Amino acid sequence: MFKTWPRLLCIWVMFLGLSACGGGESNVSKGNREGILHFGNGTEPQELDPHVVTGVPEHHIITALLEGLISKNPETLEPEPAVAESWTVSDDAKVYTFQLRATARWSNGDTMTAEDFVWSWQRALLPELGNQYAYMYFPIVNAEAFANGELSDFSQVGVKAIAPLTLQVTLNNPTPFFLQLLDHYAMYPVHRATIEKFGQPGEAGTLWTRAGNFVGNGPFVLQQWDLNKVLKVTKNPLYWDANTVKLNGIYFYPTENITTEERMFRVSQLHYTNDVPTEKIAIYQRDKPQKIRVSPYLGTYFYRLNTGLPHLSDVRVRKALAMSIDRDAIVNSILKAGQLPAYSITPPNTLGYTAASDLRYDPEAARALLAAAGYGNGVGFPVTEIIYNTSEQHRQVAVAIQQMWKQVLNIDIRLHNQDWKVYLDSVSSGNYQIARASWIGDYVDPNSFLDMWLTDGGNNRTRWSSKSYDELVQTIAPSAETRQQRYAALQQAESLLLDAMPIIPIYTYVSKHLIHPSVKGISSNLLDTPYYKYIYLQPETQLSVTP
Amino acid sequence: MLKFISGRLLQAIPVLFVVITATFFLIHSAPGGPFSNDRAVPPQVLKALNARYNLDQPIWQQYVGYLGDLAQGDFGPSYKYPGRSVNEMIFGSLSTTAELGLYALLVAVLIGVLAGVLAALKPNSPQDYVPMSIAMAGICMPSFLLGPLLVLVFGIYLEWLPISGWGDMPGDKILPAITLGSSYAAYIARLSRAGMLEVMTQDYIRTARAKGLPEHIVVLKHALRGGLMPVVAFLGPAFAGLLGGSFVVETIFQIPGLGRFYVQAAFNRDYTMILGTTIFFSVSIVLFNLLSDVLATWLNPKLRHQGQGDKP
Repeated sequence: MFKTWPRLLCIWVMFLGLSACGGGESNVSKGNREGILHFGNGTEPQELDPHVVTGVPEHHIITALLEGLISKNPETLEPEPAVAESWTVSDDAKVYTFQLRATARWSNGDTMTAEDFVWSWQRALLPELGNQYAYMYFPIVNAEAFANGELSDFSQVGVKAIAPLTLQVTLNNPTPFFLQLLDHYAMYPVHRATIEKFGQPGEAGTLWTRAGNFVGNGPFVLQQWDLNKVLKVTKNPLYWDANTVKLNGIYFYPTENITTEERMFRVSQLHYTNDVPTEKIAIYQRDKPQKIRVSPYLGTYFYRLNTGLPHLSDVRVRKALAMSIDRDAIVNSILKAGQLPAYSITPPNTLGYTAASDLRYDPEAARALLAAAGYGNGVGFPVTEIIYNTSEQHRQVAVAIQQMWKQVLNIDIRLHNQDWKVYLDSVSSGNYQIARASWIGDYVDPNSFLDMWLTDGGNNRTRWSSKSYDELVQTIAPSAETRQQRYAALQQAESLLLDAMPIIPIYTYVSKHLIHPSVKGISSNLLDTPYYKYIYLQPETQLSVTP
Repeated sequence: MLKFISGRLLQAIPVLFVVITATFFLIHSAPGGPFSNDRAVPPQVLKALNARYNLDQPIWQQYVGYLGDLAQGDFGPSYKYPGRSVNEMIFGSLSTTAELGLYALLVAVLIGVLAGVLAALKPNSPQDYVPMSIAMAGICMPSFLLGPLLVLVFGIYLEWLPISGWGDMPGDKILPAITLGSSYAAYIARLSRAGMLEVMTQDYIRTARAKGLPEHIVVLKHALRGGLMPVVAFLGPAFAGLLGGSFVVETIFQIPGLGRFYVQAAFNRDYTMILGTTIFFSVSIVLFNLLSDVLATWLNPKLRHQGQGDKP
């Protein structure tokens, strides 16, 4: 039996020897050589149909495959020409006329026309399609009625092809952020013949989005889609601006486990990660600052208060709760990634708009307000529950706020962790007291954060309502003649909201990515959208001499 | 034997029926539906989505409809991935999960049997204590701890092995197989030890030794067959468990297997996917248990005779 051990050792050494020869060239080295970007993309995309999906991972892929009338400047996010090479706006700011470029092509060689947009937008609004982003079209005349099934004649909707390359769009009201909407994937065109080949226009989930079938008009074409493994796109030679595109392809990996994603980055399997584990941020910032990028993001983390409950219906209580949260401590001690303490719902510098807010951390004033509401030193204040969906970070923030409220106001808070779908059910049905929440802007405009608090708005969910607020957001701001006047109206609305405090802003998000130094031309912007056609990869031989 | 197999298969039908029915009604009664979202879904959109998936029908009609589709081998469309059918997702990822399960089982059997037999040959000696202590550690160490540990050592520090993917790079199956197989290796080691210890005291082993046969012949030719009976009985349920329990390893190593769908489906309230994967894993458990029993009966003459004795 003594002889068995050396044999075992031999087997083990052989095993390791076999594996040792398996390393090979890393994705990053090979990618740099071949011009392929290896991109960590969060989760597996649900679909690639721009009129069906709703998520960010899908957004990352669809923007590679399709393009709308306009694009955006990668840094400022101001509108830039895309399929439309120019546009004019009528004096009353209600009619937009887009001139499409003659060189725009579908990836199968078909010419792009204004009719493509008319047909695509009609499809996006078909009630049977169930497009959750149909509301993006609602500034257009009769679009809402068509989407709701109240109108069946699409010719009455304000979208017309007045010439093969001229598209006219008529709006209900002046909508200053309309151009911003056009770069949202919900408003991208789709190839009619391809969709009709695989099913009905109002049918979701047909095979038109599979590799080999997909016809797009973006800088890349779909090459391969292996579920839960990788999705590959390659450069589209027929793209109108193909000369600007430097990458030969992008490989998108579904990296839902961010710890695994970070390890993949460390062994050079990824050029770019979707996220960074919180505990690694400080380490990278200290040891490898050239590999981590943290940028402002158009999103706010806040708590919803159920204002229908007796004790939370008192604005003094809501303000006391808001004023006794030390946001600096939360962002510096818990989040530690450069998040900003939030004192308004709209993130600072949202295309030039920054809300003025009186909200501050003021324990003395908070205690006084709570006492004025009849709960001096917290006496008689009912035990109140915060619900949050399963996440270590939500729990940590909730625990910190629980302690702050105990310390400052002497009130007892219970924490309740819920599964994501249970949490959604609780919040949407109003079955909560205080709920953690977040909102990411769909487009860069304060309206994206402010129209959700309209009376009976589907995303309001706090039971708070104000006619003055509704009027400011729905009527006064849209009819303002200048951006300055419009922002002033929105500022007034936001002040009303913060004065009523049905929500407690806590912090403004940041986007966090690990980016290999060989990736160049990737800008950071508020929407965290990578504009692939400007990205290029620097071979590592050149990288080593780059200062 | 045929009667035994057909009897067991018939017994499985009501079991599966109960599993399907209970799962169907339980998932439909869980709070939050497949289309609930952080952003409010407009009522007209929700209506269209519910109509598309027949969720606007009474629950019993949905149940009957589902059973009807199931009878034709159709698990239905996924709610989370609108362009995919549950059949496509299960059978598309099954080969990966099965391959991972097989490699893990191979690791488990090789390491487990070797450690167990070695330990049984010299009980209460260092040759027993060392492998059995390692086995105990293997049972205690969960895969979500072992996986990252192996990744750190062999993937990141030593740079010997890939840390993610499946079938893309040479050697990328080694760490997942070891991670998944290690806890089963530990069980198999303990089972083999116990089985071998029992067999080694039997009269026929004493007789073999008395005949002057070398010890390795006694062990390999005479003792192993009986000593490994508990291991054989364990293999069926173990493989079914490996198939169903691979989601942690699949997540750690970015493996496109079925286990990830199983867990995601529950979080997403993807009703058809939950049902499809539950049915699939239930059938796997039934079949692999049966296979294991058949193998045990074939290996053990005593069981074969018992089976014949039961005949009227």
